[in-house]
Order: sequence, then structure tokens, then C-alpha cells
Amino acid sequence: MNERNANAQDSLKGIVETLYDQLDGGKIPTMSLPQRSKRNIEFDPKKNVWVYGDQQTVRTAKTVNGALMMLRTVCTVEFIDTMIRENRSSTLREMYYISEGWGHGKFGSQNESNLLAEDLEIMSRCMREDFRLRPEEDGARIMGDFTLTEKLKRGGTKRINCLDDVGESGYGIPYNVEKDNVSFVGGNAKFAVAIETGGMFDRLVENGFCERHNALLVHTKGQPARSTRRFIKRLSEERNMPIVVFTDGDPWSFRIYASIAFGAIKTAHISDYLATPTAQYVGITASDILNYKLPTDDLSDQDVNALKSELSDPRFKDDFWSSEIQAMLDMGKKSEQQALAKYGLDYVTDTYLPEKLANMGIPL
Amino acid sequence: MHSNQKTLNMTDAVPAKAAPASRKGGVAERMADKQKEISITEFFEKNKHILGFDSRQKTLIMGVKEAVDNALDACEEADILPDVFVKIDRVGDDEYAVTVEDNGPGIVHRMMPNVFGRLLFGSRFHARRQSRGQQGIGISATIMFANMSTGKPAHIKSKVMGPDSVAWGMDIMIDTRVNRPVVTNDKAFVWEGKEHGTSIEYTTVGRYIAGRQSIPEYLKNTAIVNPHCRITFVDPDGKTTIFERATDVLPVKPVEIKPHPEGVEVGELMKMAQDTAQKTMRAFLTNDFSRVTPRIAKELLGRAEIPENAKPKGLDAAKSKAIVDALPHVKIMAPPTDCLSPIGDTLIKKGLMHVLEGARPGYYAPPITRAPKSVNGNPFVVEVGIVFGGELPAEGQVSILRFANRVPLLYQQGACAITKAISNVDWRRYGLEQRGGKGIPFGPAIILVHVASTKVPFTSEGKEAVANLPEIITEIELALKLCARSLRSHLNKADRRKKTRTKFQIVQEILPQLAEKSASFLKKPVPNIDRTISEIMNVVWVEPIEEYDKKRKKKKVTYRLFNYTRRERTFMLHAHLPKEAVNLALFSDPRFVEMNDEGKAAWRIDAMEPSSNLDITFELDGELADTFSPEEVYVSGINTVIVMGAEALPGDWGIKGMEITEFEEEVPDDDEEDEEEEEVLEDE
Repeated sequence: MNERNANAQDSLKGIVETLYDQLDGGKIPTMSLPQRSKRNIEFDPKKNVWVYGDQQTVRTAKTVNGALMMLRTVCTVEFIDTMIRENRSSTLREMYYISEGWGHGKFGSQNESNLLAEDLEIMSRCMREDFRLRPEEDGARIMGDFTLTEKLKRGGTKRINCLDDVGESGYGIPYNVEKDNVSFVGGNAKFAVAIETGGMFDRLVENGFCERHNALLVHTKGQPARSTRRFIKRLSEERNMPIVVFTDGDPWSFRIYASIAFGAIKTAHISDYLATPTAQYVGITASDILNYKLPTDDLSDQDVNALKSELSDPRFKDDFWSSEIQAMLDMGKKSEQQALAKYGLDYVTDTYLPEKLANMGIPL
Repeated sequence: MHSNQKTLNMTDAVPAKAAPASRKGGVAERMADKQKEISITEFFEKNKHILGFDSRQKTLIMGVKEAVDNALDACEEADILPDVFVKIDRVGDDEYAVTVEDNGPGIVHRMMPNVFGRLLFGSRFHARRQSRGQQGIGISATIMFANMSTGKPAHIKSKVMGPDSVAWGMDIMIDTRVNRPVVTNDKAFVWEGKEHGTSIEYTTVGRYIAGRQSIPEYLKNTAIVNPHCRITFVDPDGKTTIFERATDVLPVKPVEIKPHPEGVEVGELMKMAQDTAQKTMRAFLTNDFSRVTPRIAKELLGRAEIPENAKPKGLDAAKSKAIVDALPHVKIMAPPTDCLSPIGDTLIKKGLMHVLEGARPGYYAPPITRAPKSVNGNPFVVEVGIVFGGELPAEGQVSILRFANRVPLLYQQGACAITKAISNVDWRRYGLEQRGGKGIPFGPAIILVHVASTKVPFTSEGKEAVANLPEIITEIELALKLCARSLRSHLNKADRRKKTRTKFQIVQEILPQLAEKSASFLKKPVPNIDRTISEIMNVVWVEPIEEYDKKRKKKKVTYRLFNYTRRERTFMLHAHLPKEAVNLALFSDPRFVEMNDEGKAAWRIDAMEPSSNLDITFELDGELADTFSPEEVYVSGINTVIVMGAEALPGDWGIKGMEITEFEEEVPDDDEEDEEEEEVLEDE
């Protein structure tokens, strides 16, 4: 048990005490949490990221969901407390299954247990990792001339160069990327490219983009997991590496960038820990679709709704995003990053990325 | 079939008695009568559809219907619980042998040919009361049609009540040219095991089908509105279905009344005047009509400018018309209504429950029996029952069960006043779907409508649809709305109950677990959460619990009361029990106060402590035990905003409940569940 674990234990116990005292005092138990929606996130100029605002939701035991949520909270806290005392850990999914034995405290879905773990983070001002809860698997991968050391569960540490010491699929990011587990040594890589799709990641690897331009490629696997975002944040913060995000050109990809650069709504309580405010968006933008005459698909109804929802998302309120989102709505089209193959397999590495990166002040 | 016998009696008796005294030039008159009869027989032969014999399927059903109607009328008239046997045998392609046997009083030997072998008409005018067969043409028309279609005679057996009476059997054909029965094989025989009753067997061309308009459906519906009868049915495949009787109580026998002048027609009036035994017009009007007092007779005759002492025989068309024209200007009391025998709310429910058990409906709205009204001098009464939910099919239109004088109406639904009335009601207000608030509603429901009258106005002689008289449609609509109101309140209640039940789950299961779990984690004593529970609920909760032992016909009812408020509570609980089913257990409950003649019972709950609960129990025995719905429970002496599971004692309950002596209540805020539901989080 480390200090952080002990701290978590105390905080969590405090949450249960509050509930107990309310019951003992003949009151209807309530629990307050920041409202976790896009209506309640605001820009924190000191930290340069988006965090929760002042709006609170009050959960009350007057409703079944409120009462159940409190019961789950107590059950979960007890479970975490036991894990910390016994020096064990579990996955979120394991916790979901363990809840089978919690009577009414049983989680209805994995999503509920994930949300509760985040709620506990918010209330205790600790991190999931402090609770010894970890996500199912991570497996986001990186490739590039960058050396790090990783602590091994079987003992000792291993020094790995993410180009020379790995195969075609790169280095897998572990769920714990804190300094005590992963420490950076450094290498020739000068900037990092977060890439949405595996296809594009492999294209860049095959085309020798890492070696030729000293790039560190990070495959986000769609929405990047916490550890991936934390890893990117550390690259930026500790190594001063410029970060660019390269995704498909559709509303969902815009949100990938938002969660990397601004901080995700769901984890806004730890934005300063996960978000990389300096990350820049490469594309595919709505303008790219026009400028590069990319093959497109029509926006679906969900796409349109997602874009409209982004127009009212405070994180996208700047000129660049407002105009890009509006432009996409106007043309009614979207495009994939692999659509660049229209001009040949080398087009993305020879033409598109060099042009775009140059505009961002990262000359290749 | 007794009723037909009676009908016949009257037709025969009247001329016999009247002829010597008054029919002077009677030969020509009688010939004229006969000519009329002949033409009617032939007319019907050529116009089968008027009687409802217009398709092969229908022919088979209509025959069974006429025979069963007569059997039930005969049994009831003789105060016998009907036991009717119906059997259909397939004897060839589209040729069937139909047997209908009853346990009625039987028909005397000399009357048998006439009852089944002559088309009778018009004689019911003198006997006004509710009965199934009205014109006395149905069964003989059935036999006539059978004779014609197969060339085979009908075989009739009957045995009258009495210790040493013998049964008679005979074959009957109808000579359609002269409207007279041709009898063969007339023999006395010993009917083993039969005390009394009548059996009719005939072979007819027809077609047997299953489904909505079928013999089993007709018999099933008959069983619903005639819960006092037992019907056994053997179908062409030999499968036997028995509709057991649901009650041993015979319906109240309707009293015969004289015709009411309202609605009488010129011709009818003339015929009555011809046939009357009265010597003066005043006596004729006063004695041969209901609700006509000497004063009214005088006023009518005065307006018609007819001397009070004029002889009725002299009433010609002009004078008759003068009287009819005078009628609207004279105020005459509505006809008496004891000539009607409605089924009654309890037995409608009983009949529905008994027959629909297999369909597992969720709710039987308390049926409505309206007060009698009259139209054209004929009293009528409307009854409505609604069955909803459960396993009734939710798809498609509701099922409509139409009845006239306890007879199911299977055909011409679209032309019927009942359907019209149902379509006129805006069912959306009562929890059913309906396009544009008009037409037959949709949803898992069965709507039963019964119109009983001394003379149900049908659209045709086939008696398939009630005519669209505005008076009748209005009454049906009113009854439907009253019954539907119960349905709506049931649905609302179910909704509220569901909400409260979730609160119940919170206070009974979740919070105790929360208290225990947090206490054990913190190693502290388990907190007492009674106050928290009262804060959350702030209700007095009435939970009905019932156990029904079907075999022993015993229903145990428990009202479990919880006082989840912060104050002591004193109030009364009320329920309308089927009082025949009540046993001593009711009176032994310490909180029982009283039960009145109608079965309205009351319990008093004194100074019930906050966070306490108590049970009130009683038992119901016998046939009517299952007609009681424990959810129909009421409270008085307490503000109902803080009561869940019981309604305020209705104003028309007839009993004064307890006065409310409490202060204003804090209304429990109706927290919408999930008011804190988060927006879907859109990214990781």
C-alpha cells in the first residue's frame, strides 16, 4: 500500500460516513456531484484544459436509481478498501462481475460500474489507479525512435526502444503509464502523431514515416484510453514534443481530438492530468475534403446530429472548429483518412502530411 | 319452447273466444286472415335472408340459436335452471343433423305440431315482457328450412313434468302452402332418465365453421350472459365442450305488462280495439294499456273527439289515427320496468370471469346496469361490461360482445346501434387507442353490451342488429362511459401503484441494505431508518393481498396497511363485498365496524403509529367469492393525498364515511424517477 492508496482509503471512507450520518440523523440521504454533461464544462485558464463547472446534480435516495447508486457506492468502497488492504487489484470488468454478489448493489451493466468508478474519483479527488482498478486492456501501440523503461510485474525493469526493440505492431502502452511504472529515456523522435485508424498507422509504418521524419506514431484505436492520453500528455509535458492528431474527417473523429486536446467530458475532473492543450489537429478537415478533392460519403442522420451537438459544445467554440463543423454540415459529406489513397499509397506520407505539418510549424 | 306454446295459445284463443260474440261477418275475415298467413309462409320461403338463413354457415348457426333461445325461455319461465345439450353431426357434404335438447317443462302432446310446425306471427303484441323469442317464427322457420333443403322431417320429442307422464315423439314436416304441420310416426314412448324436457332433431343443409361467427362462439357468448345455464356442446368431430353454470340463481322472472300507448301504431290500435273484451273506449284505453288512467283516457278521447262510451269495435282508421295524434299532447308516465330482467352487475362480471378465464384478462371493470328507460312505449335497459389487459390480445380492434335480451348477436356488427354507440365514444380518454377519437377502439379489451327490452327494435326479422334509435344509442353511450371511467381509474391507479411500489422497494429493500452495509463497513451500529423511510414515503399505504382457493371457492383477502408518515393516523377503510360470500371471519377482525344490506363493509383503524403496519383480513366463500376485486377499496377520515392503494370514499357510496379532522397535509412530492439522468456522455 502506498501513500496514494492510503489517501484513497480515507477519502472513500468519508463518503460512506456521510451516507451513514444522514441515515442515522433520519434524513433522506443525498449525494452531490458535478453535473457530468457538456452543459457543465468550462475552460480553466490556469490549467489550459476544460474541467467541470459549478453545476451539481444531487442524487437522492428518494428515487430508486439514487438509492441504488448509494448502495453500490458503499459496496464498491468496501470492495476497494479490501483490495487495498490485501494489496490486490482488479479490472473494472472483474468488479462488475464481483457485484453479482451485492444484492441490489449489483451493477446493471459494465457502463454503470465504469461510471461509478469515475464518480468515486470525483468525490474522493483520487484516481482510479489509486483504487487499484484498471481497465480491461489497453493495447494502444506506438512506433518510433523513442526509448523508455517499463517496470515488469515479474520483477525488474526493461529498457525498450520503440523502433528497434519491437515488431511491426509496435510497443503496447500499459494501463499504468505513471513515472513509477514507465519512465522516458528519449530518442530521435521529434514529434508525435496520434492516429485514429490501424490502417493509417500501418501505412505510415510501412512507408517509413518514423525513420524518415523522426516521428513517433501513436495508434489511438478510436477514442484513446486514459493511459494513451496520459502517455501523450507526458510526451508533451516532459519531452516538449509537439503533438498532432490525425483522424478521419467526421464528427466522431473531431471528438477524438477534443478528448486529447481539451479533456473529455466524462473525465473532466482529471483533465489537467489527461489533456494535452498544445495538441494540434491535422485532419481530415472539411476543408481537406474540398482542397484535396477526397472521395466522400454522405453524412448520416446521426452524423448530422453529432455535428449539431458539437456546435453547442463549449470546447468547439473557437473559430477554427466552428467553421469546420459548419462547413461539414453545409457540404453534407464526410471522408476517411484512408481516402487519401485515391492519389496512391505514398500520397499521405509524401504530400499530404508534409504539407499539413508545415502549416502547423512542424517542418519535415 | 314453452314461450312459443304460450304464444300459440293466445293466437288460437283470441279468435275462439271472440268469434261468437263479435265476428259477425267472420267468414270472410277469417279467410282473409288465412290468406295472409299463407302469403307470409311463402314469402319467408322466398326471402330466407330476412330470417337470417342467407348462407350455409349462417343457416346452421341460426337454427341452433332459435332452438337454444326457445329452450332457455322455456326453462326460465318454469323456474328450471337450464341444462341445454347441443350436438351437430355431419351427415353428408354440407348436410348436418342438429340436436338441441333441454330440461324445460316439456310441451303437451297436442301442441307439439303447432309449436314446431307453424309459422306464427304478430301475437307477442299483447304480452309485453322481456323474452328471447319475440315473434314466434324462429324455430318453425328453422324446421321449414330444414325440411325444404333436405326433404327430411324434423323429429321432436317432449315429456312434460309429472309423475306418470309419458313422452311423445313425432316427425314433423311443414306444408308451406297452407302453413300447417304434417305429422307422422306420432308415438308415445318411455324416455329413460328424462324427467321433463324437449328435444328437437332436424337435418339441414349448412356449413359448420369455427371462429368469430360460429356455433361455439354463439354458445360461449350465451353462457356469458346466462350464467345460470349449463350448455353442453358436441361438435361434428365429437369433441365435447361444457359451459358450466356460474351461478344457481335464476334471473328474476320478468313481469308481463300491457302495452304502453307511446309508440303504438294506428293499425295496432285498431286491431287491439277489435280484439278487446272492453265495452267502451274509455275502459279499453284504461284497462288494455299500461299507465293510462281514466283521467288520461278522458283527455285522449277528448282531444281525438271520440265519445268516451263509444264501442271499441267501431274504431276505424281515422279515429285510431286521431288517438295516435293526440298521444304526444298528453303526459303519460313512462312504462313500468319490472317487465325487464337485466343480468345485473355481479352476474355480468361472474359470467365474464367464468367464460373468459382461459383468456386471462387483467381487469374486469365493474359492470354498469342503467336504470330502465323507454322508447316508443317499450321499456329497455342497457348493461355494459369491459374487460381489459392481461393476456387479451393487444393488437387490433377490441372485441365487441353484443347481446339483446340475453341472446348474442353475431352478425351485422356494423349496422348495430351498439357498435354505433361504441364508435361515438372517445376511448382515448379512457385509456384505449382510437384513431381520431372515433370508431371502434384498439387494444386489449372486450366490450360487452346488453340491451334488454320488451321489444328490442331490430333492424330485421333475423334479429341480428339493434336498430339505431337515438334514445338507445344515448343510453348505451352513457353506460359505456360510466364503465370506461372505472377502466381509466384502474389504469391511473395501476400507474400510481407502480410508482409507489418502486418507493416501497427503496424503503423496504435498498435502504435497509444501505444502512446495514455502511454500518458494517464503518463498524458502527445499524442506524434506525424509520424516520428516513417516513420522510421518503409520507404515505399511508394500503396493500391488498388475495389468496384464492379455486377448488374450495374460498378467497382470503388481507389489507396490509403501513403508516409511513410522521404522524399517528386514525381512519376508516371501506369495501363493497358480495355479501352472500361473507363468512364469520369478517366479524372477528377487531377493526371491523359494520356491513350494511348491500354488503358495504367498514373497518376502523385507530391511532396507527408512524412506521407501523397492520393487517385486516376476511374471507369470502362460494360462487361469488371471486367476483370481489380487493383493489376496489376506499378510505375516509384521512386526506387521500397521503394514501396510496385506496381511493377516497365515493360520494355516491351511500354511506357517510369518517370526517377528516386533520390539518393540511404536506403533499408528497411526486419525484420523477431519474430526474438526475445524465446526458449521454459523448466521448471516452
